[in-house]
Amino acid sequence: MVEEKFEFTAKTKKNLFIFMGVGVLLTIIGIISVSMGGGHHELEGDAGHHAFHWYQRVFANLWINNVFFAGLSLVGVLFFAIQYAAQAGWSAGIKRIPLSFGAWIPFAAVLMLVTYFVAGHDIFHWTHHDLYDVDSPGYDSIIAGKGAYFFWPLEAGSFPIFFLGRMVIFFLVWYLLFNKLKQVAYEEDSISGTEKWYQLRKLSAFFIIFFAVSSSMASWDWVMSIDTHWFSTMFGWYNFASWWVSGLALTALIVVLLKDKGYLKIVNSNHIHDLGKFMFAFSIFWTYIWFSQFLLIYYANIPEETIYFVERWKNGHYAPLFYLNLIINFFFPFLVLMTRDAKRHARFIKVIAPMIIVGHWLDFYLMITPGTLKSNGGFGALELGLMFIYSGAFIFVVLKQMAKAPLFAKNHPMLEESLHHHI
Amino acid sequence: MAQESNYLVGVYEDEDVLLKAIKHVRDGGVKIHEVYSPFPVHGIEDALGYRRSRLSIVAFLFGLLGTSLALTMQFGMMTIDWPMIIGGKDYAPVPSFIPVTFELTVLLASFGMVGTFMIISNLKPWGKPKLFDKRITDDKHIVAVDLGKNDVDEVAISKLFQDSGASEVNKKTL
Repeated sequence: MVEEKFEFTAKTKKNLFIFMGVGVLLTIIGIISVSMGGGHHELEGDAGHHAFHWYQRVFANLWINNVFFAGLSLVGVLFFAIQYAAQAGWSAGIKRIPLSFGAWIPFAAVLMLVTYFVAGHDIFHWTHHDLYDVDSPGYDSIIAGKGAYFFWPLEAGSFPIFFLGRMVIFFLVWYLLFNKLKQVAYEEDSISGTEKWYQLRKLSAFFIIFFAVSSSMASWDWVMSIDTHWFSTMFGWYNFASWWVSGLALTALIVVLLKDKGYLKIVNSNHIHDLGKFMFAFSIFWTYIWFSQFLLIYYANIPEETIYFVERWKNGHYAPLFYLNLIINFFFPFLVLMTRDAKRHARFIKVIAPMIIVGHWLDFYLMITPGTLKSNGGFGALELGLMFIYSGAFIFVVLKQMAKAPLFAKNHPMLEESLHHHI
Repeated sequence: MAQESNYLVGVYEDEDVLLKAIKHVRDGGVKIHEVYSPFPVHGIEDALGYRRSRLSIVAFLFGLLGTSLALTMQFGMMTIDWPMIIGGKDYAPVPSFIPVTFELTVLLASFGMVGTFMIISNLKPWGKPKLFDKRITDDKHIVAVDLGKNDVDEVAISKLFQDSGASEVNKKTL
């Protein structure tokens, strides 16, 4: 096979900048309309609650995008690692595309830390000091009981060193492992033989094990802790499923778009079929996890658990989005991707993959917004704008990474197998 | 009992020869009844010009039947025939119906698919398999041609078999 190198053209860059520009414009429009009181529920009269400010909605949205895109970049690296750990041959020609998602990890880390320090107090209820003070009227014995999870070894209510330490260590290890994987993978361009492949397999195993634990804890920290009283033992899986299927959809989308541009001659409709099957299967997997969490809570009917769905499903504010979430992420991919032809043709992938990605962004919206903004949340130009900015920046970083090395290693020991992939 | 017919059977030793032979025989205008081999041969469906199996459509239809059966049963029992409040839910608690619906869908889809497959491939318990040559369970590949369904005469087919590397050509009535 001839080596292929992706060229990040000025035209693509310009398009991405225009896209982000539209995002900035929408964000400004959104901020204006929210701060002018285009929003609702400004009449919050009760003394216990703080008045709603427009920037809280910006903060919540920043957090949604931070979490979503950090997860997306991680599952890209995870996909790469799984291919090595499972000794998969079919994917030899496309592995570097999801690997490139990892280039976002450092940006995600910085953005997340900065957002925490600027907006953490508005996003996370548990950051409020009076919750942990027995003498204060705001004392909350349940949250105080969970204090050590955020503040250990310091006193509860002070600086959340355990929480932030986890965040920093996770990002650090993810980044270091991604860097190492990337470095060894790029050496396959010049060194032939199986030595690099074995080295990558070992590194991949480390990454997978670390990711299994860290992604689960990260989802408790970053998402579940917003609804501090509430808990779900399935939450790590649920978040992972959401990230993973959007990562698969993004990989499939980039593969078919690159093929349209004349790259990736090594990829035929059998590879697309496999990616399509991945999207189909993991859309169902996500639904399975989502429904398992939902059904147990619905059926047991314990108030401290059902509150989560009361806020989302039975709240007129979020109910339409709650149903939309299921339609985009389950019914749509399930019915469309069921046939073999839909999985094999780029035409279908180009429609369904963006839907899945947006759908799972919406899933994170539904996890984060009702907890942070209560009934002050909404969906408008602000949400779209920030999503445009983040996704534009994410794609920019990923494409830049992809352009740094050939799209696949010509010395990969399984390239021949991938070339003859036939299902 | 199915009508007996005359078959001409070409025996091949090697799967690569077999694949070429299939092409050769088909190019000679002969319709192949069936090919038997002791192990799966890659690319044989393409060589035989088989269309994609429609078994998945059967599976979908059986699945749909399972879904409707499950929903009819549950709404019929729990909502219409004997409405009961269980666990504080209303008479039509759709989420609680989903697991049963899912299970029946999967059950009927898989049973329906397996059953259909067994019937169309003559694997039903009362079905009598057509065994053209015992050695197909060991080391020989065979190509069977139904003489009654071909316009090409026996000698010409036999020649096509031999030209494409058959180790023997047998006549068989089943």
